[in-house]
Amino acid sequence: MKRRDFIYLTGMGATAAMIPGIPVIGRPIDPEQLLEGVDPAVKKQMSDVALNAARSKGASYTDVRIGRYLNQFVVTREDKVQNIVNTESYGMGIRVIANGGWGFSATDKLDNDSIAKAAELAVAIAKENSRLLTEPVQLAPQKGYGEVSWKAPIEKNAFEVPIKEKVDLLLGVNAAAMKSGADYINSLLFLVNEQKYFASTDGSYIDQDIHRIWPAFFITTIDKASGKFETRNSLSAPIGMGYEYLYARPQDKIQGITTLYKGRYDMLEDAKAGGAQTGEKLKAKSVEAGKYDLILDPSHLWLTIHESVGHPSELDRVLGYEANFAGTSFLTLDKWQSKKFNFGSKIVNIVADKTQVGSLGAVGYDDEGVKCGQWDIIKEGTLVNYQAIRDQAHILGLPASQGCCYADNWSSVQFQRMPNVSLQPGKEKKSVDDMIKGVEKGIYIVGDGSFSIDQQRYNFQFGGQLFYEIKNGKIVGMLRDVAYQSNTQEFWNSCVGIADESDYRLGGSFFDGKGQPSQSSAVSHGSSTARFNGVNVINTARKIG
Amino acid sequence: MAILSKDEAQQILKKVIGFSKADGIEANLNGNDGGNIRYARNSVSTSGEDSNVNLGVQSYFGKKSGTATINEFDDASLEKVVKRSEELSQLAPENPEFMEPLSQQAYQDSKTFFDSTANITPDYRAQAAANSINPAAAKDVTAAGYLTDNRGFSALMNSKGLFAYGKSTSVDFTVTMRTNDGTGSGWVTRSFNDVSKLDTAEASKVAIDKALQSRNAKAIEPGKYTVILEPAAAGDLIGLMFFGMNARQADEGRSFMSKKGGGTKLGEKIVDERVNIYTDPWNEEVPAFGFTGNGLARKKMDIIKGGVVSNLFYDRYWASQKNVEPVPFPGNRIMDGGTASLEDMIKDTKKGVLVTRFWYIRPVDPQTLLYTGLTRDSTFFIENGKIKHPVKNFRFNESPIIMLNNLETLGKQVRVGNGEGGGAPSLIPYMKIRDFTFTSLSDAV
Repeated sequence: MKRRDFIYLTGMGATAAMIPGIPVIGRPIDPEQLLEGVDPAVKKQMSDVALNAARSKGASYTDVRIGRYLNQFVVTREDKVQNIVNTESYGMGIRVIANGGWGFSATDKLDNDSIAKAAELAVAIAKENSRLLTEPVQLAPQKGYGEVSWKAPIEKNAFEVPIKEKVDLLLGVNAAAMKSGADYINSLLFLVNEQKYFASTDGSYIDQDIHRIWPAFFITTIDKASGKFETRNSLSAPIGMGYEYLYARPQDKIQGITTLYKGRYDMLEDAKAGGAQTGEKLKAKSVEAGKYDLILDPSHLWLTIHESVGHPSELDRVLGYEANFAGTSFLTLDKWQSKKFNFGSKIVNIVADKTQVGSLGAVGYDDEGVKCGQWDIIKEGTLVNYQAIRDQAHILGLPASQGCCYADNWSSVQFQRMPNVSLQPGKEKKSVDDMIKGVEKGIYIVGDGSFSIDQQRYNFQFGGQLFYEIKNGKIVGMLRDVAYQSNTQEFWNSCVGIADESDYRLGGSFFDGKGQPSQSSAVSHGSSTARFNGVNVINTARKIG
Repeated sequence: MAILSKDEAQQILKKVIGFSKADGIEANLNGNDGGNIRYARNSVSTSGEDSNVNLGVQSYFGKKSGTATINEFDDASLEKVVKRSEELSQLAPENPEFMEPLSQQAYQDSKTFFDSTANITPDYRAQAAANSINPAAAKDVTAAGYLTDNRGFSALMNSKGLFAYGKSTSVDFTVTMRTNDGTGSGWVTRSFNDVSKLDTAEASKVAIDKALQSRNAKAIEPGKYTVILEPAAAGDLIGLMFFGMNARQADEGRSFMSKKGGGTKLGEKIVDERVNIYTDPWNEEVPAFGFTGNGLARKKMDIIKGGVVSNLFYDRYWASQKNVEPVPFPGNRIMDGGTASLEDMIKDTKKGVLVTRFWYIRPVDPQTLLYTGLTRDSTFFIENGKIKHPVKNFRFNESPIIMLNNLETLGKQVRVGNGEGGGAPSLIPYMKIRDFTFTSLSDAV
């Protein structure tokens, strides 16, 4: 799903109500159908039709993805339900190598004839494309796993929870925020279930069941006298869990100037706090521009990691495949080859991980049948690796792919996408309070806000949701109009402290966009609270009359 | 199958309406045939075609509505989709903001469809890519580009007798040219309904020349500069301003269009009096359908006239609450230009920066419509009427409202396509702006 489709479906955009048409991300279905599955034996049979048809037309390699992509949205504002949508998208994508080139074709007609025709078309496209090739595809070897399966370890399938319970939750959230001072609130639940089947001529038949959930709200409060308004978004994370994410327990909360959530989320409590905090934001002091030591909460830092570490270490960007859209990368191969490119300070260890339980990127196998794992990208501040797929592994001298291949739908061709990329916690025992204690002049930032970074990932600017001024080791009040600007290498070298493992939390996005035509992927980024010294903070207040 | 004629579409939709047992029904029938080619590292990376026709049906009982879609069109399938939408509407909670469909409206046809584009073949796309890659390779430059073409139709019918039909074509081309030493980058965008206007060799030459001229950029101090914005750069910020002109948000007090103490800035002067921005579905350069997806008739309409806000956008529900006519979100955007050529504008500039495009534009403060983003793919320093040298990219923090208040000169208009300012085709002039706020430097090429 594209971000714009999401905005349409949820009615969240300023003008969304005016954008015409029917959602194109899938066909709306009855809620009961969300609980149905497709028998793996049937999927194996359909896959074999495609594998055989492609082979008989001359393909040297074929993979097949049968995908059933289910979404549910429950969208409300104040005391109204705006939209409840259930969608399904079901079909098959076939990718082949013929004459050394890739070809791809997809079909939502899953009878044997249509599948065989789609496979033949993929081979014909591969042969056509191979005439324009400068170098044939080199695929890293991959053993077949036979018939295997992987299921996300969820406790409660969110699609099984009655709509009424979800509506009651959201309307309760809205009422709590309004009661504590909000003038407006939009809230939503966004559920995803990817039922994916992968088969290839390597001899793999992989059945996977993936679940994701994103509860979120957006509060606005207006100061009638001045005409000013402030907003506060939920501190939840989109996450690879079932409905249990919304069953918060006391042990999942980190108490402080504002309550933070670890692994479970108390939406009602957060909305209540959010309503009050927008009021506080309206009265907060406008920040004085200058250098500050920043204490960044994981609910904020995930986005900085995503933009400044996740994207520049994507190998397809480094090689130039994304030059016309997402851009290239400052982490050029020579920097990696030198083995001494100083990306960050010695305490900065950043790991790619496709297996992390509860993360958005967790799967057993990627979309080209590679078993997933974890590996270092930044080790003690030095660039040591990238993110690669099967046709790129040889460039890094790797014996196998790192399992970073993903397509956002059966109809999209799979390509290199970001795994979960996370900052490792500090080794010394250190809480959030300990982190704040040592700061003389600083700002504690919670929640993600505005974000922008250049096409090679040097210069960035980030906002946030809550900004607390720190003076001499203590929080003294709230600030507003805060954004920080830095350079990736400078910023990560200014990292002087990271809280310990007990503070480690995941943030993430459902909408990481890349490619032409553009595809979205869901990815998590974990960290503990971290400190960055002497970062340039700007004041974003303006006057427009 | 993908492009149905008006009669074919009408025939299917009449059957759909005939199957309805609800209080009312609305059906949208849309089809698209699309093709694309993508290249990078001077080699084609992917190409493909796709085709789909989709019928969406919304049935309602009172204020409860349900939607179902299908891509099969035999009588049994049509009956099934209507029944499904009726079942879903019974399950839905009441939506107090639900609006019944419109009765028949008067629409004026717009020439949005061109056979030239509808007949694009895979060979054409491959040649278009070759015309871009070959001249790049000859100059030690690497091309990465994307061409996408589309032909489609859109039809709408409801139980109140409304019927609308339109068909359109489009082609969008972008290419980034990077010098092989990694120090220069140029970019170009082209967008048309009629592909006969597209010349990828001509467009690619512009990007190659920029790549070569932008090598070894020098750093200059960030700060407030006079800028000449090419239409693609200015168009992004103008497009984002459109998305902020929703009447409901303004009335609710949470928009840059809200006024202190209540009310909106509708009818007030908010930018320089030379700024005229309007929508006109029948403009030959940027044609759009004469109707919206829910059947409202589009019309030629001022958005900002003489610097004064002429219209905010009202959906049907909000219009009914405010006792005004609905104002649909425009299908295109046109800003009046001036007579100055780019050369004239450079000649008249003592000290300034020429910007090819912006990148990664994100909202910072909705209250002032402040955005941040960066320049990309060729930025030049102008001194005493001449381009002196390429400069490193800047990050900006600026509001389109401040930008249009600081207008110096308007140049000629150019059509710009799908940028960061949203999808509608736009006719935007070159513009010279004083005191544009650059807040930091970027090393990115």
